Amino acid sequence: MNAVRETYLTDAIGPLPFCPGCGHHRLIKALDKTLTKLQPDPKKVVIVTDIGCIGLADRYFVTHAFHGLHGRSITYACGLKLARPELTVIVLKGDGGCGIGGTHLLNVARRNIGITLIVANNFNYGMTGGQHSVTTPTDGLTATTPLGNIEAAMDLCGTAIAAGAPWAYRGTGFDRDLTDRIADAIRQPGFAMLDIWDMCTAYYLPRNQLGKKDLTGMMERLGLQAGVLIDRPRPEYGEQYRNLHEISEQVPRKRPEITPKYTNTVARQTGVVIAGSAGQKIRSAAGLFAQAGMFANLEATQKDDYPITVMTGHSITEIIISPESIDYTAIDSPDYFVVISEDGLEKSWGRIAKLANSATLYAEESLDLPATDAKVVRLPFVATAKKINRLSVGIVALAAMLHDTGMFSLDAFKDSITVLQKPAIADVNLQALKAGAAIL
Amino acid sequence: MGLEFLEGNEAIARGAMKANCNFFAGYPITPSSSILQYMLNMVPYSGGVAIQAEDEIASIGFCIGAAMAGSKVLTATSGPGISLYSENIGLAIMGETPMVIVNVQRQGPATGSATKGAEGDIQFTRWCTSGGLPVIVLSPATVGEAYELTYRAFNLSEQYRLPVFLLTNKEIGITRESVDLDTIALPSLVERARVVADEEYLPHYFDKLSEVPAISDFGGEHIARFTTSTHDKAAYLTTSPLVIQEMIDHYTAKIEEAADELALVKEDFQDGAEILIISYGITSRSTAVAVREARAKGVKISALTLQTLYPVSKTAMTSAMNGMKKVIVPEMNMGQYILEVERLVPAGVELVGVNKMDTTLISPDEILERGGLR
Repeated sequence: MNAVRETYLTDAIGPLPFCPGCGHHRLIKALDKTLTKLQPDPKKVVIVTDIGCIGLADRYFVTHAFHGLHGRSITYACGLKLARPELTVIVLKGDGGCGIGGTHLLNVARRNIGITLIVANNFNYGMTGGQHSVTTPTDGLTATTPLGNIEAAMDLCGTAIAAGAPWAYRGTGFDRDLTDRIADAIRQPGFAMLDIWDMCTAYYLPRNQLGKKDLTGMMERLGLQAGVLIDRPRPEYGEQYRNLHEISEQVPRKRPEITPKYTNTVARQTGVVIAGSAGQKIRSAAGLFAQAGMFANLEATQKDDYPITVMTGHSITEIIISPESIDYTAIDSPDYFVVISEDGLEKSWGRIAKLANSATLYAEESLDLPATDAKVVRLPFVATAKKINRLSVGIVALAAMLHDTGMFSLDAFKDSITVLQKPAIADVNLQALKAGAAIL
Repeated sequence: MGLEFLEGNEAIARGAMKANCNFFAGYPITPSSSILQYMLNMVPYSGGVAIQAEDEIASIGFCIGAAMAGSKVLTATSGPGISLYSENIGLAIMGETPMVIVNVQRQGPATGSATKGAEGDIQFTRWCTSGGLPVIVLSPATVGEAYELTYRAFNLSEQYRLPVFLLTNKEIGITRESVDLDTIALPSLVERARVVADEEYLPHYFDKLSEVPAISDFGGEHIARFTTSTHDKAAYLTTSPLVIQEMIDHYTAKIEEAADELALVKEDFQDGAEILIISYGITSRSTAVAVREARAKGVKISALTLQTLYPVSKTAMTSAMNGMKKVIVPEMNMGQYILEVERLVPAGVELVGVNKMDTTLISPDEILERGGLR
């Protein structure tokens, strides 16, 4: 057991750097007293700060010290805590940081990550010349509100509580029980914050003739309560996260292996475009077709094009299969074009019209097609699929095309479906495969 | 694993897992969102943490915190997200934080075309934060390379203690390809050098400027310090111009002096060639086709594919351009990496950019046509 530490501050780099009378002295001393009371191993404590006068403080502690970007201290603290849950992570942040990093305050409260946030709230930006902050009271005089602040002061604790903070305290640097309250906050398993109001003797105090007693008066005037404002523990995020993933040892399903075992008649890189509607399982059917090609010793690529919405609009997939490795993955001149629905047709109209005479267009028979040089094969894809399951139309069409072209055996497509899909879905698709191949 | 049909984004996630990545934080953005999804489905089951943060700033902030606590971290986004990472990328450089950042590029500027490919972020990635200090940028051309280079990016980030970018493209990220990851040869895993327990710890200690300091994790055996401000080797704030310059020289030297070692290039050189195509990423695959077609017609032509974009592979590029009459640089942007080539191209050599930014791939035909090879 190590000797009892009488302080967690170090004078290795000299005394605290704050202006004479600055409230930050009081706050840092209070934190030191708290740590001295709790006696944590300094190697298990991280003080995290960001930009602002209070951000100068971390390195005066004998603990780990992390000094990051303006307003972002909470994010580093969360990363540290999630990576090493055994650490006590204390964030010292100014009111300025709470403005620019407001979303992190909301979200750490909402997630309930077990860090302690201490806000050194002195109503203005001391480091940059006394500009107003999100906590400057209405009418407050600052460098940037010379006629009085017309913005409302942000209730930091109230905001955090609304976002889900389970523990919050508002007080001043003069509170006699401040060290006890800081200790309470550190002991919380979840997120805990203290909003500590104090003096900026360089800027806010002289401009606003603020005295010691005026801090509590200000709270009253703003209708804000002091003390512990909420104490409603709920499970800490990291703990929940670890429990959740321990309980469900549901390791994601490994993708089954594809074994190339069939021959093919594909002599060169061949482009196949399948154009249908979102919701028709076009991407899935095309992917199975491409992987069928892989079962037949071919290389394959797949690109999908669809709107960001689901179940509406077009769904167009481009498959390339090739006996050699595929370098250029765009299809400038499709060899086979399969069009299944109006949505797909509309989106590919120009492309179909420009098909080369060496290409073959396999089209749902009910569609009105543009004039094209390609060989056109009209087939009842939709009607055939309807007898099985309308979502199997992609498989039906691709099976018909595969059967007609003889690029590789239907058995490769069968393997692809059987190996890669869940049995119930595979069953439907195998029926579709058979029906599609039988159209021609 | 064997033969699979994978998109680049999944290969990136798998490469990260292969490198023992145990922390991921990200924010959804097309076309990189599936990396977040894959990591959420993998990382927690091997004891790590993968989290969707409230925004990109929080994503990279979480990652920097976790990395300094000893985790191997990944974050992934697209160009607009890199804009939001920008300030924290500077922080990671300043704190010598090992981390891997994926940019699955999409058509910009701004929101651009979320689902369309482009390579408009080349110079942006190199210069993405204030201060202008070097970073490492790797660019894969295939799904297999996305796996390999992600793994290598982790090694480099650990070895050099800095953010390493995997700069890819929608055209690789969400294109599926037949690939067997088992057949890809990977170097052995590199972990950051750690200071032993009973030694004194200075977070940025080096003798030689290019030396990479050994680290001690937050929560580890030493008291660790990290700061965004100019600092000395002990990570204490300093205003000494002498010390500040020494640290800047250190950040620069550790990467610039390793440029040859970091140069991952692929050479397809032909004897007697007087034309060279320099390309990277997805466009290098169009180059490969163009080169085959040109050679079939009797044109003598060489190709250099860059997997390392930064630091610039000066030695490899200079040597490849030696004796050339023409150098062609095709890019899915309005001419960005060509600026690096321009700095190195010998006098009298014709330098031709083939540029396009209409969201479609540059085709082999376009390279042949606009490169004056027909």
